Amino acid sequence: MASIWEYANPKRFMAISAAVLPYFWAATGLTLLAGLYWGFFLTPDDYKQGSTVKIMFVHVPSAIMATGTWFMMLIASLVWYIRRHHVSALAAKAAAPIGVTFTMIALATGGIWGQPMWGTWWEWDPRLTSFLILFLFYLGYMALWQAIEAPDIAADLTSVLCIVGSVFAFLSRYAVNFWNQGLHQGASFSVDAEEHVSNAYAYPLLVCFIGFFLLFVTLVLQRTRAEIRLRRAQALEARERMA
Amino acid sequence: MPDLGKYAAAVLSAYGVTLLLLAGIVVASLRHSAVARRRLDDIESRVGKDG
Repeated sequence: MASIWEYANPKRFMAISAAVLPYFWAATGLTLLAGLYWGFFLTPDDYKQGSTVKIMFVHVPSAIMATGTWFMMLIASLVWYIRRHHVSALAAKAAAPIGVTFTMIALATGGIWGQPMWGTWWEWDPRLTSFLILFLFYLGYMALWQAIEAPDIAADLTSVLCIVGSVFAFLSRYAVNFWNQGLHQGASFSVDAEEHVSNAYAYPLLVCFIGFFLLFVTLVLQRTRAEIRLRRAQALEARERMA
Repeated sequence: MPDLGKYAAAVLSAYGVTLLLLAGIVVASLRHSAVARRRLDDIESRVGKDG
């Protein structure tokens, strides 16, 4: 079996990602369509929340993926620091716009759901506040990549920012376990039968989550390929200028 | 279309925002890919693939 580090070779990464990308696009489209259709059209209203329960099918997967994306960026950043593999630094860079999109969806749909259910668009409770800080870290991370021209220095500094921001990514997911509950409820998926949502909602929620996850993987592959091409173009342009 | 009752505006706007943002990141990613491919093709056509 090939070592995982062989995929860090840009040529090998480009070849493999080109072969699998069409299948990922197809799987993403089908799963997202199926999950959102099931969640929106085929689930009953909740006895307390009414039809707003349907917002869960876009809010929960996007919130999980918002923090999940940051953890992926953390791992890629650590790989960059330890092994100096350029593909991992570029994959972290490629993931950030996807993560910030998931974060915006989670914040927007949370507010839209919160207004009729909690009577407010926003509450400074631990989970929401750490989620907002995570959003600002995403913006700062992308701005830092744009601000620094030397790619290796940019990768070093953004990696440090990613490690620091991981505290808030961790808190935004687990804050309710450390502090008092605040307004935000606990996990929708749970082994605890008291907390776990009914199966009528859990199954379409699972399909939606798989759809969001596949979308993330597909877009990371797509965008990492673009970053590798840009890096190669920049190197050739520099060489041309010096010739 | 399911009967969303008094929360129709909230549910529809949540799905609307989500679909808009997801479509936005998909389109932006595809455009980013196209720009990168064009830029690399352009420089490679000038200096050759081996640089």
